[in-house]
Amino acid sequence: MTEEIIIAGFGGQGVLSMGKILAYSGIMQNQEVSWMPSYGPEMRGGTANVTVIVSDDRISSPVLNFYDTAIILNQQSMDKFEKTVKPGGLLLYDPNGIIHHPQRKDIKIFKIEAAKLSAEMGNTKIFNMVVLGAYLKLKPIVKLENVIRGLKKSIPERYHKLIPMNESALTKGMENPVEVFLN
Amino acid sequence: MGELKLMKGNEAIAEAAIRAGVDAYFGYPITPQSEVIEYLMAEQPEERTGMVVLQAESELAAINMVYGAAAAGKKVFTSSSSPGISLYQEGISYIAGAELPCVIANVVRGGPGLGTIQPSQADYFQSTKGGGHGDYKLYVLAPASVQEMADFIQLGFDIAYKYRNPVMIQSDGMIGQMMEKVELADQRPRWTDEEIKQMHDSWAAFGKGDHRERNIITSLDLDSAKQEKHNHHLQAKYRRMEEEEVLFEEINCEDAEYLIVAYGSSARISMKSIDLARAKGIKAGLFRPITLYPFPMKQLNAYVGKVKGILSVEMSAGQLIEDIKLAVECNVPVKHFGRYGGMIHSPEEVLTALENLIKGE
Repeated sequence: MTEEIIIAGFGGQGVLSMGKILAYSGIMQNQEVSWMPSYGPEMRGGTANVTVIVSDDRISSPVLNFYDTAIILNQQSMDKFEKTVKPGGLLLYDPNGIIHHPQRKDIKIFKIEAAKLSAEMGNTKIFNMVVLGAYLKLKPIVKLENVIRGLKKSIPERYHKLIPMNESALTKGMENPVEVFLN
Repeated sequence: MGELKLMKGNEAIAEAAIRAGVDAYFGYPITPQSEVIEYLMAEQPEERTGMVVLQAESELAAINMVYGAAAAGKKVFTSSSSPGISLYQEGISYIAGAELPCVIANVVRGGPGLGTIQPSQADYFQSTKGGGHGDYKLYVLAPASVQEMADFIQLGFDIAYKYRNPVMIQSDGMIGQMMEKVELADQRPRWTDEEIKQMHDSWAAFGKGDHRERNIITSLDLDSAKQEKHNHHLQAKYRRMEEEEVLFEEINCEDAEYLIVAYGSSARISMKSIDLARAKGIKAGLFRPITLYPFPMKQLNAYVGKVKGILSVEMSAGQLIEDIKLAVECNVPVKHFGRYGGMIHSPEEVLTALENLIKGE
C-alpha cells in the first residue's frame, strides 16, 4: 500500500499539523512516511500545502506532481490541485468559500462541511480533525487508535487534555462526508 | 530498536549530534538550515550531556571556533547553508591543512550569491573539488533521507577521526525541511579529558604536561620542501580514502540498460522516475553515490559495456556529470538533466529526460 496525498488550504487552517498527525499515525503502525511542506515565499503569501506519503515500502520521491488523494480547503488550492488527482483518485473538499466546484468525472469527489461542523461543536480549531476524520472514513489507511497515539506524539504533553475533543472531531468527520455526483 | 520519531532532517542532524557525544556546536543561522541551531538551543544539550551550543557573531567566527575546539581534541560540529559555507571556506582550508577532525553540514540552497532559500545541489563543486585554496579534500557524504541525516553524524565523526580530516555532509533544503520516520541512536557519552589525552596525545593541543614536546597546530610551513612533504602526506591520505571509504547504492541496476546517476534529494526523486520507467518497459536503474568524494569511480566504471546511456540528474547545471564522465572515461554517452536556482524537478520531468536520452535527443 502506498497513499500519496496533498493537503492544501490557507495558513492557519491546520494543514501542516494535520499532515503531521497523519504521518505520525503511520509511524504508529510501522509504516514508512514522509511529510514535505511547501515553504518559503508561499508560506508568507497565505496558502499552505503539504505532501504526505504513507507506505508499506521505502518511499521514493517526497515531492510529487500527481496524487491518490487531494484534500482541498480553499479556492486557490482547488484551482491548483484538482487537476493533480490521479484518475480514479479521491478529491475531498470543504465547500465553505468554494465558488468553482470540482468538475472532474474520472475521480471520486466528496464534500465535508468541516468549517460548519467545527463551529457547531463550538471550536473552529478542530476544523482540521473533522477533515482528517472524513478522509479516514473514505480511505482507512490508518486506524483511529493509531491516530490518537499519533496525536499524543505530535502535540506537547500540556495539550493532551484536548485529545478527547480532537477524538470527537475525528468521529464527527467520519460521520459526515457526502459524495458529490456530477451529471 | 532505537527511539522512533517523526523529524525534519535539520532536527534529526541536531539530535544525532547530541547523541553522538559532540562537545560543541558553533554556528550562525541561515535559511534553510536554521532549525539545526534552533533545535539545539531549545534542547539545551549542556544540561543533557554538557555539550556547548554557541551562536557566533558571524560565520567567520563560527568556523574559527570549530578550528580551535578541534585543535584541542574536542568533537565539534557546525552547520550552515550555501552563502554561509562560502564564508567558511578559508577556515575549512586551514582545518584541512592542519589535519583536524570536524563535521560540517551544508543544507544547500539555490545560488549563486544570496540566491534563494529553496533546495539546490549547486555546491557540488565547492564540496568535492576544494572550496577553499590549496590541494585538499573533504570527505563528502550526501544523505538522501532524514534517517541518513541522523546516521551520517556518527559515520562522519568516525571518518573525521580515522583520517584527521574535516567531513562535509552535503544536504539541501528538501532533506533539511522534510519530515520522515527516524530511528535515533542511543546516547553516547562525551569523551572525558582523560580519554582525549589517551586517544589524541600525538596531535591535539590540550596542555602537554612533562612527558612530551608540545604539539603544534598550524597549516603554515615556510620551508617549501617540508610543505611539499606535507602535501604528499595529505595526498596519500586521500588515496587511502578513495580505496577504502567509498559508499554508494544501486537500485534496480542488475538488468539495467540505462542508468540514472543522482545523489541526495535528486536520487529520491529519480527512484520514482525509475519506477515510472519500468512501468513503461524501460530497463532503468539508479546508481546513487553516497560519498561525493571519494566518488565511486570504479564502481560506476563497471557499467561500461553494460549500459547504453547514463543520465546525470542534479539540481545544478552540470557538476555531478563531470565526475560521471571521468568514471566511465567517456565510454558511455552521458547526458545532464536538472532544474536549478531553487526549482525541484518532478519524477515525470526526469522520466521525460530519460526518454529523450534513449531517443538520442
